[in-house]
Amino acid sequence: MIAYLIRRILYAIPILIGVNLLTFSLFFVVNTADDMARMQLGMKRVTPEAIEKWKQQHGYDKPLLFNAHAEGVSKISDTIFFQKSARMFAFDFGSSNDGRNVAREIQTRMMPSLAIALPTFLIGLLIYITFALLMTLFRATALDMLGVSLCVLLMSISGLFYIIGGQFVASKLWHWVPISGYAGGLDSIKFVLLPVLIGVMGSVGASSRWYRTIFLEEIGKDYVRTARAKGLSELRVLFRHVLKNAMIPILTGVVVVIPLLFMGSLLTESFFGIPGLGSYTIDAINAQDFGVVRAMVFLGSMLYIAGLVLTDISYTIVDPRVRLQ
Amino acid sequence: MIYLLLATVLAAALWIRKRPHLVLPWQRVAKGSVGMVSLLLLSLFVLVGLLDTLHYRAALPEKSNGQTVYSAEVLSVFDVLAKGIKSRTEKTYSAPLAAYLYAKESMETSDGKILRDYPRLRYGGAHLVDPQREFLGDVLKRTGIGALEGLLIGVLLIAISNMLFHFFIKFRTVWSSTGREISKDNWISTFTRAMKNKPFKALLITTLLIAMLLGITANLAAVYHVLGTDKVGQDVLYLALKSIRTGLVIGTVTTLVMLPFALLLGIAAGYLRGWVDDVIQYIYTVLSSIPSVLLIAAAVLMMQVYIEMHPEWFETSAARADLRLLFLCLILGVTSWTGLCRLLRGETLKLRELEYIQAAQAFGVSSSRILTRHIVPNVMHIVLIAVVMDFSSLVLAEAVLSYVGVGVDPSTMSFGTLINSARLEMGREPMVWWTLAAAFGFMLVLVLAANLFADAVRDAFDPRLNRT
Repeated sequence: MIAYLIRRILYAIPILIGVNLLTFSLFFVVNTADDMARMQLGMKRVTPEAIEKWKQQHGYDKPLLFNAHAEGVSKISDTIFFQKSARMFAFDFGSSNDGRNVAREIQTRMMPSLAIALPTFLIGLLIYITFALLMTLFRATALDMLGVSLCVLLMSISGLFYIIGGQFVASKLWHWVPISGYAGGLDSIKFVLLPVLIGVMGSVGASSRWYRTIFLEEIGKDYVRTARAKGLSELRVLFRHVLKNAMIPILTGVVVVIPLLFMGSLLTESFFGIPGLGSYTIDAINAQDFGVVRAMVFLGSMLYIAGLVLTDISYTIVDPRVRLQ
Repeated sequence: MIYLLLATVLAAALWIRKRPHLVLPWQRVAKGSVGMVSLLLLSLFVLVGLLDTLHYRAALPEKSNGQTVYSAEVLSVFDVLAKGIKSRTEKTYSAPLAAYLYAKESMETSDGKILRDYPRLRYGGAHLVDPQREFLGDVLKRTGIGALEGLLIGVLLIAISNMLFHFFIKFRTVWSSTGREISKDNWISTFTRAMKNKPFKALLITTLLIAMLLGITANLAAVYHVLGTDKVGQDVLYLALKSIRTGLVIGTVTTLVMLPFALLLGIAAGYLRGWVDDVIQYIYTVLSSIPSVLLIAAAVLMMQVYIEMHPEWFETSAARADLRLLFLCLILGVTSWTGLCRLLRGETLKLRELEYIQAAQAFGVSSSRILTRHIVPNVMHIVLIAVVMDFSSLVLAEAVLSYVGVGVDPSTMSFGTLINSARLEMGREPMVWWTLAAAFGFMLVLVLAANLFADAVRDAFDPRLNRT
């Protein structure tokens, strides 16, 4: 098990290097640092001196991959690639355009993101699975049809609609909760409530339908017939047998996203003004702060790979037949 | 390029018709009412999109030197058809079917006093003398007339298509059975026979409903702003209809970009295995491990800088917006092929171990021939299902991306830009809800139709669902 884990993590390294190279070429080869500097300083009437100064301030004034003027090790280390990209492996994300440390910013913004994403994830999972189980219980009846139609309808509505509509109804019309904002501690509940609710609503259609397909696939198997033949009630069959056996396909899709919860949700956070990582990313995109976007891309893929490893581990927990070697 | 696409679709349809095992699943699609109705709706959207794609630049009145000069504004056939609602712009917001402007203005009355009131609209309900009194009656009258007209046109359309269908059948029987007696159906009995067919009935009802709706809309749109006007007074109905094209373009072009990647690499990885498989797997693991929104955002940001740096490339701002749309499709395509590629790889791995492939290999058939003759046709159903399923999610994704700021050019009309600009109007007092409602409504219908059609296609093609 531990040997397997170590191998998995080692296997993740070339992928992370790939991600790093990809973002590096996206950000520095497609456009030169000069272009970026001109973009930041305003398009017209930029003096070459100003560009040089900006580049120097932000550390873009080095050669891309190989520094011929330097001595020894710094031939490689004193380059944009090493300074900006390779350092991310040590969680050194550099600083954003306004000079703040990205790594620290990420640390402080992680909590608000998690405060929204985690409840959304847990409550959502509970609701989706319950809903899907109910549809499976009443399968091939009018109730099931109604449920599926509802799911298709709900998944055809744009996620933006849920957010805008929810904000309007709950905050503006009924004055339940503040429209947006965030506070630490216990106060945060009233800010968190609506985003969580909307987050759950937003994917109820697609998720429930997906779980329903999984359950239906499981219910056609032989062991279910055996369980029924034993005289178990349908409810018991569903909860004790089908649910447990459907765990593997469910976990495949679910566990991967757990680490990504840290990243928060781009849309929800920016609409509700929550100072999490999602809104941080959006602000960076709008301000064209490439350093931050680059850091978020790297962080995201790192978390995704962590999710893949977690998925493998979770298999061994729910299914004793799975052995990791 | 669009014509090429259409021609390909037609050619594929003809090619399929000749092969009964390929026709079968499509017949299954045709037997479902839901699938057919959604297909009808989708084709309506496609029609609007196509009309909007046929564009030209109008020639300006000739200058003195005798050269023809083209105007900078690009017009599409759709623009010409909808010329009425395009050109009738008001000063600012107005509610759907309103006769008065949204905001109060100072007006000088005939006796010289200044009065603050809602001014009449320039076009909306301009034919009414006293809107407050005549308004309801006029709207009802026009609705009634529109419904009747629509119904009439619908019935006419159905009758004509029925006649055509009838003659087609007759022609075919004459063609194929030269000795046998020609069927004695007249066109009414063809119709009644078709009526027994459930999807046909559903199709009929939908056609009539849509025709009625279109009739009503057309009648009202002639003198009112059916869905109101936006901040600068443009008719929202026109904006929403124009947005359809962007959604369709993103859905189809992205798929076109994605398909070759997914097909080539997926099948190559599955069939050749060894180091090719390793490399391809590595590539798609890297790509898919980056959260897609972030990857798209990063790529679009870089593209923006690139475009800003080369302003000399574009003659008009429309060309720039178009290029941006194209780039967006490219980026979406490059980032979204990994899922399908993985599916195809798995399927090919399974297929290559089957007996008939091994037999082909034993006969000494070349790899390229095995791939094209045996493997590609057998994974086509996966490709088709994936393509129709992806379409709706791409339309939805466009709106989200435009909100994030990495979507289409702000000057391109799309559901995303429409929603984005209308978002803040909700806070106004009284509320401006119609732009948002129109964008969401149109999007819902489009995506719902696409989703339902995708389901019908999947049910018909998925071999795992056994039927006799």
